[in-house]
Amino acid sequence: MSTYTVTTRTPASTVFGLCAVIVTGLLVVAPAIVGRGMIQDLFFILTMLTLAQFWNLLAGYGGLVSVGQQAFVGMGAYALFGAVILLGLDPVAAILVSGIAALILAVPTAYFAFRLQGAYFAIGTWVIAEVTRLSIAQWKAVGGGTGTSLPRSAMREMWGVEAIETLLGVRSSAARDILAYWLALALAVATIAGIYWLLRTKRGLALAAVRDNAEAAKSVGVDASRMKWIVFLVSAFGTGLAGGLIYLQKARISPDAAFSVTDWTAYVIFIVVIGGIGTIEGPIIGVLIFFLLQSLLADFGSWYLMILGLIGIAIMLFAPRGLWGLLSERTGLHLFPIRRRLTGGRFSDKET
Amino acid sequence: MALLETQALTANYGDFQALFGVDITLERGETVAIIGANGAGKTTLMRSLSGVLQNAPEQIQHKGTPVGALPADTIMKRGIAMVPEGRRLFRSLSVEENLVIGGQHKGGADFGDRLDSLIARITGAPDPALLAGGHDGQGYWTLDTIYELFPILRERRHTPGTALSGGQQQMVAIGRALMSNPDVLLCDEISLGLAPVVIKDIYAALPKIKETGASVIVVEQDIGQAMRVADRVYCMMEGRVTLSGRSSEISREAIHEAYFGATA
Amino acid sequence: MIWVDTIIQGILLGGLYALFAAGLSLVFGIMRLVNLAHGDLIILASYLILILVTATGMNPFVAAIVAAPVLFALGWLLQRFVLNRTLGDDILPPLLVTFGLSIVLQNALLEGFSADSQRISLGALETASVSVGSLSFGVIPLLTFASAIGVILGLNQLFYRTGIGRAFRATSDDATTASLMGIRPNRVFATATGIAMIVVTISALYLGTRANFDPSIGPARLIYAFEAVIIGGLGSLWGTLAGGVIIGVAQTLGAAINPEWQILAGHVAFLVVLLVRPRGLFPRGND
Repeated sequence: MSTYTVTTRTPASTVFGLCAVIVTGLLVVAPAIVGRGMIQDLFFILTMLTLAQFWNLLAGYGGLVSVGQQAFVGMGAYALFGAVILLGLDPVAAILVSGIAALILAVPTAYFAFRLQGAYFAIGTWVIAEVTRLSIAQWKAVGGGTGTSLPRSAMREMWGVEAIETLLGVRSSAARDILAYWLALALAVATIAGIYWLLRTKRGLALAAVRDNAEAAKSVGVDASRMKWIVFLVSAFGTGLAGGLIYLQKARISPDAAFSVTDWTAYVIFIVVIGGIGTIEGPIIGVLIFFLLQSLLADFGSWYLMILGLIGIAIMLFAPRGLWGLLSERTGLHLFPIRRRLTGGRFSDKET
Repeated sequence: MALLETQALTANYGDFQALFGVDITLERGETVAIIGANGAGKTTLMRSLSGVLQNAPEQIQHKGTPVGALPADTIMKRGIAMVPEGRRLFRSLSVEENLVIGGQHKGGADFGDRLDSLIARITGAPDPALLAGGHDGQGYWTLDTIYELFPILRERRHTPGTALSGGQQQMVAIGRALMSNPDVLLCDEISLGLAPVVIKDIYAALPKIKETGASVIVVEQDIGQAMRVADRVYCMMEGRVTLSGRSSEISREAIHEAYFGATA
Repeated sequence: MIWVDTIIQGILLGGLYALFAAGLSLVFGIMRLVNLAHGDLIILASYLILILVTATGMNPFVAAIVAAPVLFALGWLLQRFVLNRTLGDDILPPLLVTFGLSIVLQNALLEGFSADSQRISLGALETASVSVGSLSFGVIPLLTFASAIGVILGLNQLFYRTGIGRAFRATSDDATTASLMGIRPNRVFATATGIAMIVVTISALYLGTRANFDPSIGPARLIYAFEAVIIGGLGSLWGTLAGGVIIGVAQTLGAAINPEWQILAGHVAFLVVLLVRPRGLFPRGND
């Protein structure tokens, strides 16, 4: 071979790509194989993974450490409840409303929070999440401070539920879980694929440049503030979709739960930090470990959160690139290669 | 035993090696000049000597003690003070405060050092405070004698340090370093960016400084200036010493060659 | 007249928020570190004072004096052995480590003291008040406000009149050059966090005596502190007092209109200031 080609693919990533297709296929047919409890667990894992991927996009790639992502989960969830209860929309269609509502909220949030630098940005997003929570608690039509449930009729007549009932021969409530699960699977796959695609485009490269050195990026014509806006809005939209979906499955909402900083931001941060911040692989590993820890320790209540916090601190201090970072340093493995590498010509690609 | 010497000193910034086995010595009472083009490694050498950059312990010896790995604050307490490149006055401190802070932590182990050596004894690490001893920081230089040396500073003592002219800032930076009564004074590019008449004023202080017992290493871009003030000169190029000798015995041609590499 | 009373209550409440903010501002000013566990450390200090009071029956003010050195040591150790390792150009490690710390503290307190509300009792002093004309002021709110002024005066003296204050300012300006002056920046940072913890102890005393507290309320105190700092302008301690007062007045006014609006009104006031004066009311230099 005498010509050079620029590629991001590595042999490992090709093998992994095949595995990913097989795993996704298995996940699609899972409802026919496993029980309802397992489907609910998988739903939890997939929605947390989606939230983690979007937080990672913000913090790991965009350098925007938000502690206020619960604003978009809660906003998405409440938009879904509002659209179903007040407008009579089908819950599945209302998920799109969730994303749009979160996107709309993200505009003023970014407008305020971008006035704050670095660490203060983090608390700024938290303030906005609090403001949103307190405001929603004043919205009596969806239950005010005590919250409300999705109407039974809307749940029964939800798109696709009947088809799943006949297809898999399950009861209506299980069919709703399966529907939510498939939607979560689709959202998670689309999120990972979308973020991977975004990072490989010219925009994505610009983003990496901004994260590594904002000044240098500016000098080669990267508009850092526009990149920040794009990343923030995209993350808000995706987080809102996930929020809507999570509460579609729960079917019951309250402001304190939907805007919980522990459930929708702290857990998500730990998932990303433990798995490896700034990589697509990290949140995937992180969510699996998180789920494992939760299954083992959930009975210990506050001990569980304490241990999670201590693990997060330890990782940040001693292995700031997380478990995936450790693994990929040792093995040179990249499952979602983003770096462009020159191959062919005289230089053969030995290291991979 | 030399007052300060380096033995095969190497220094890196990450993967980039900036010094390749540098040997220099400073005897008591001497003034030594380091000359060389930009990027020759002069500032890296000064950063190593002052402890801003850490090296292998035995690569720098101060009064026979290996000090290469000591942090800057310990080096300073041993009596090696630095006038950094670009003066670097503290912008939220007045002129007088800038001077005072130079002498505030002089002379041997303080409470923090003793606490650290206690921690070191518990954890079994080498005791950092033991290495700080020997220098008591007492001597000729006080706020008053600094003001005698640079009278203009007394007039301006309450202004913020960074509001002064470049030359006056340089005086503060020198005074700040002298406040600890160092036995070694490191001056990195003290004439950079200053008008010739101002440079003359600044260098006029050097004899007085030497008289009080400090030995001096100056880094200079201006070869003529360096030859005038120094007893001995080291010329550096690309991280190595390419020429050394008494300033009175080195020819212009030799310097030219050492400075720019072999002539074509 | 009721409005005058409400506003005065708000101003006095602002003293408490200024106390919360002073510790946060001190640490940020010296090492550019935002401690997301600041609110939880205040709650921790409140519990420490509560334990001392219930175990020995000592006066809460005495208990705070006893607790202060303990918390100084805790802050010193925390900074020296944990937080110093996170400082650098990357903002992620300090944020994520202090966020983790916040979660750990909250749950440790929950485990140790349960979710029940507690209060540090001051006996008759709790309800004592002084009257000026037709207005009456609670003694505790007055003491809180006076303490806030005292703390700010004290910190300013420390900063501008002492050697350690000079070292604080020099290190904040340029840590590398400070090290050439015989200052070890990491030790300065540890001392600064220790001093911030003394301010935290004073905040905790008033937090715990004025109202009920439980392990979960730390983050909200962090947010009030942060709002006061931003409104005041980074690095200005007197600005922080002004910021605290603005949040306090907004909260009491909001509560007077509708009790559910108390917290929301404080946040809205913050957002309005951020909108109109993004650098705060008393911005300083190029921080």
